[in-house]
Amino acid sequence: MVQLSTKIGSLELKNPVMTASGTFGYGTEYADFMDISRLGAIIVKGTTLAPRQGNPYPRMAETPSGMLNAVGLQNKGVDYFVDHIYPEVQKIGTAIIVNVSGSCIDDYVQTASIINTLDGIPAIELNISCPNVKQGGMAFGVNPESAAQVVSAVRKAYDKTLIVKLSPNVTDITEIARAVEGAGADSVSLINTMLGMAIDAEKRRPILSTVTGGMSGPAVKPVALRMVWQTAKAVKIPVIGLGGICSATDAIEFLLAGASAIQIGTANFIDPSISEKVVDGIADYLERHGFNSVQDIIGALQV
Amino acid sequence: MKKFQLDLIVADNRMAGPSATLLTLQYPGELPDMVAGQFAELQVPSAKVLLRRPISIHSIDRKNNLIEFLIQIVGEGTQSLADIKAGEKVNVLLPLGNGFSYRSTHVAKPLLIGGGVGVAPLLFLGQEFAEHGIRPTFLFGGRTEALILRKEEFQKYGDLFMTTEDGSAGEKGFVTNHSLLLDSEHFDRIYACGPTPMLKAVAHWAKEHEIACEVSLEHRMACGIGACLCCVEDTADQGNVCVCKEGPVFEIERLKWFN
Repeated sequence: MVQLSTKIGSLELKNPVMTASGTFGYGTEYADFMDISRLGAIIVKGTTLAPRQGNPYPRMAETPSGMLNAVGLQNKGVDYFVDHIYPEVQKIGTAIIVNVSGSCIDDYVQTASIINTLDGIPAIELNISCPNVKQGGMAFGVNPESAAQVVSAVRKAYDKTLIVKLSPNVTDITEIARAVEGAGADSVSLINTMLGMAIDAEKRRPILSTVTGGMSGPAVKPVALRMVWQTAKAVKIPVIGLGGICSATDAIEFLLAGASAIQIGTANFIDPSISEKVVDGIADYLERHGFNSVQDIIGALQV
Repeated sequence: MKKFQLDLIVADNRMAGPSATLLTLQYPGELPDMVAGQFAELQVPSAKVLLRRPISIHSIDRKNNLIEFLIQIVGEGTQSLADIKAGEKVNVLLPLGNGFSYRSTHVAKPLLIGGGVGVAPLLFLGQEFAEHGIRPTFLFGGRTEALILRKEEFQKYGDLFMTTEDGSAGEKGFVTNHSLLLDSEHFDRIYACGPTPMLKAVAHWAKEHEIACEVSLEHRMACGIGACLCCVEDTADQGNVCVCKEGPVFEIERLKWFN
């Protein structure tokens, strides 16, 4: 039996496979297709202080080996989460991590402090990298000073594991990673979506209502891998890798590049039971190569 | 309703119009219960296509565990589905979304209005009515006669009326101009599926004549199960909701189509 457990700050996960925020709902949407309790963690939909209606339709465009989305953080707000979602997701039997977003520092702080009171939520993922909202979101994550500012403010209000989700839409992601590490982050997850665009030539109009949107899927994997590899070398805190992971092999590549855990996003739309298959696939790989623990392959890339 | 991820086997796949294919899939076990108006997410057998394609259930043969999909060929994904050969496997998520309300509302004189490939879910619905001894009326619109799909099949279950924009079949014009609608008392509920402008025209007609009406919407989707929040429709009661989970069938009162 190989050891799959991994640690993100003080948070111990039964395996390194998480589902990415915004691609797995609150987990229960997938319960008909797989045993969701087998996941290392579920990162639930981006949550904000006040309810948000998100962007107008159309919000999605398929692109070669990828997709664009412009959902714009539609959610019913943190109070609704506490009253209606939290009692349900607590029963799932895996770590539930809340992705927290906001339009200003105070929004992030207030939302994080409310979630801090929930015993069943061991961590938050701070989203300073959403490309689909006009205010806040990615604006915080593309500059080391503002990224550090929001992270230190939240750090004061939140005492459990604090993961910060980074944007790839920057010149040097390691600079942002070091800034949030310095501001007290326990971990960084990367990459959020890459800013992209799709056009309907026949209609001479953009496909998305917002013109631009966030690109995800296998097309972004090489970029994500490169950024995870660079970041894992640049910081001491654990790195969580995501971006186009569609199979156990993809996941192992991220672990080898230095990720302590991985997230599956767009692939959930293609195969709703993929995340469970990746858990099994990582165990198979470790056995096949004679490793006792997943820790043996984290950052084990031979260059 | 519990959802399933199943490998179905292609029993038959043939053209059913100038740019539509009729894909028949078989399940080796017993097909799960499904409601007309629900849909499936079909995995596309092409490396060039990433996402599944949401396709409404065209008909069910419960005895032989067959399920039919009537698919308009519009791009690479649907073309790949049209190219699958008998004997091959298709991975399918089903049944998804909420179908037409016929299991919970009493209807005596249903009118089923379809436009283009939007006729697809109305065959399953017509079959369900016929099974309960109700003969539905179908009213279909298309640009030309060739684009009104599977006429003979629909006529097995109900009376079929047509409109075409070029007058090549039925009455010339749009469905909402058909003389059948001159006497609105013929019908106690309308079920419609087709292009949005047609659905809006039908919804306005139904509201004006105080006939209950439900419409099936088609939006760009990714997950099909309410997780990604891409396929939203703005509703009067709950704001943006997922067409894949709350719909695809909506009572027209819920839609913001009347201001």
